[in-house]
Amino acid sequence: MMDGASPSSTFDCRKAWAATLEELAASDPRIVAVVNDSVGSSNLAGFQKAFPERLVNVGIAEQVMVGVGAGLANGGKVPFVSAASCFLTGRALEQVKADVVYSGYNVKLVGQSSGVAYGELGATHHSIEDFAWLRALQPLTVIVPADPWETEAAVRWAASHDGPVYLRLSRMQVPDLGPDANGARSFEPGKARVMREGADATIIACGTTVHLALEAADSLAGEGHDVRVLSMHSLSPLDETAVLAAAATGAIVTAEEALVSGGLGGAVAELCAAHAPVPLERVGFTGFQKTGDVATLFADAGLSGQGIAAATRRALSRKAG
Amino acid sequence: MKDDIATAEQIAERARWMRRRAMQMVHGKGLGHIGGDLSAADILATLYFGVLNFDPARPDWPERDRFVMSKGHATGVLYTALCAAGYFEDELLESYMAPGSRLNGHPNRNYLPGVEANTGPLGHGFPIAVGIALAAKLDGSDRRTFVLTGDGEQQEGSNWEAAMVAAHNGLSNLTLIVDRNHLQQGAPTAETTALDPLDAKYAAFGWEVHEVDGHDPAALLARLGAPGTDRPRAIIAQTVKGKGVSFMENLAKWHHGVPSDEEFAIAMKELA
Ligand SMILES: Cc1ncc(C[n+]2csc(CCOP(=O)(O)OP(=O)(O)O)c2C)c(N)n1
Ligand SMILES: [Mg+2]
Repeated sequence: MMDGASPSSTFDCRKAWAATLEELAASDPRIVAVVNDSVGSSNLAGFQKAFPERLVNVGIAEQVMVGVGAGLANGGKVPFVSAASCFLTGRALEQVKADVVYSGYNVKLVGQSSGVAYGELGATHHSIEDFAWLRALQPLTVIVPADPWETEAAVRWAASHDGPVYLRLSRMQVPDLGPDANGARSFEPGKARVMREGADATIIACGTTVHLALEAADSLAGEGHDVRVLSMHSLSPLDETAVLAAAATGAIVTAEEALVSGGLGGAVAELCAAHAPVPLERVGFTGFQKTGDVATLFADAGLSGQGIAAATRRALSRKAG
Repeated sequence: MKDDIATAEQIAERARWMRRRAMQMVHGKGLGHIGGDLSAADILATLYFGVLNFDPARPDWPERDRFVMSKGHATGVLYTALCAAGYFEDELLESYMAPGSRLNGHPNRNYLPGVEANTGPLGHGFPIAVGIALAAKLDGSDRRTFVLTGDGEQQEGSNWEAAMVAAHNGLSNLTLIVDRNHLQQGAPTAETTALDPLDAKYAAFGWEVHEVDGHDPAALLARLGAPGTDRPRAIIAQTVKGKGVSFMENLAKWHHGVPSDEEFAIAMKELA
């Protein structure tokens, strides 16, 4: 769908999310959307127009929103519960745990504008704790798409899968990453995509940081380092085989728009510490963010091509030592 | 401070300054929630200049009256009120939402004196205010607690849990003000999840309830300044979202819309 786009174009993945959901809803009458005064921020004005009676706006009431989602699933619907990530995962965490995951209801939780996309609005509106919170809930499939294609694939997969899913979307501009290192485009939850091959070290990224990791690998190639890059679009279940293969390259860097502790960095550290100790550098956030626009917050956390390259050099030097 | 209580005319003048300054901040930064700033300006001006007992030089004075801004997105009106109340210099307003600024997009009590709670997620301020009022009661203190919520915000269930706890504990030192501007983020409250009859709901929860014109400082002064009874008190302030700027009034798009340079010039003229 995005083939032919120039490499410099960037996309707001909410478009792919909304267009795919509308397309699926046209042929699957079970699909409904549940929102919290978030039609606009979820990009669902088109869905609402096409299927007015299948969009349930519960108002500013996230706990009710997720509970209603579970009830709709009980009635055989396939609810996509869409709200700003911070409120969906934070405010309604117990509903996600008890009503959706523990109860085993077929609810799709769609977190919008996740990470630090809300910038200056501050820590209450950032959703960087969600990886830690939701990774703890099993079995919940947690998917973090990196570009419009992964977003579309994830929405399609979520609709077809019978079970709870969390789609962690962003409104930040990202490039179309194109096919993986094998020239293929395939999306399978629990299976990382190798976006670039390499044998000296591996950068494991997800969502908005994958293109930054590729930038880092490009610049490291110029220094003679052959660095692998993974799009770890499934935070849970984690692709343990791919992580252990990464450990075999001798150095790992993780990069995420989330808290490192409990996040992707936490997941990789847990696995490697237990099974394949390896020099590991983790790039991401470490706590509540001060006031700042998205670019400032990313730069301060080292979430840039340069920052991730620097972390990779550190990991490589630890490998050598 | 209470000692130099302002007249209704003086309050209206402060509110006019707050509206203009908030408009400059939102236009300057290109971010903010101007609709809800404008609807709450007269309420905050009345509280800070006609009702609350506080001392900006001692923001942690234990006996101060408390104001909790539960609709934390409306920082344009909160920060201009705190500035006019003497908590900080006007110059700080220039840093609204700048990197590293103490004026975050939602208020942070660790950055700024006069802020009682780090609100932003809706439905948090009212429960915190209940705790603040309970503490005053436990201390046998006559300090008072006021909390302002949006009307869309009333859809959060935490408000109704808080309302029950407050009534059960006879918190006559607590006043809830609802900024009843009839709009939430994307649509009118009536088309989202209807609230009415809001007054009957609070009455049924054991509260004393009053309706007031939220843009009439004299009426607000009379209501907010009145002594408490034996129950918590809810004041439903009828307001207009975007109040004072003709093209912003009663339109959901100005919830977080930002005026263009041309719109800004017209707005400032209308708020003169
Ligand atoms: C828990 C939570 N859910 C959603 C939001 C997003 N949000 C910010 S303001 C707003 C609308 C608030 O409407 P209202 O309470 O009527 O405020 P006002 O009209 O005074 O601006 C929404 C939905 C939020 N801040 N917190
Ligand atoms: Mg409102």
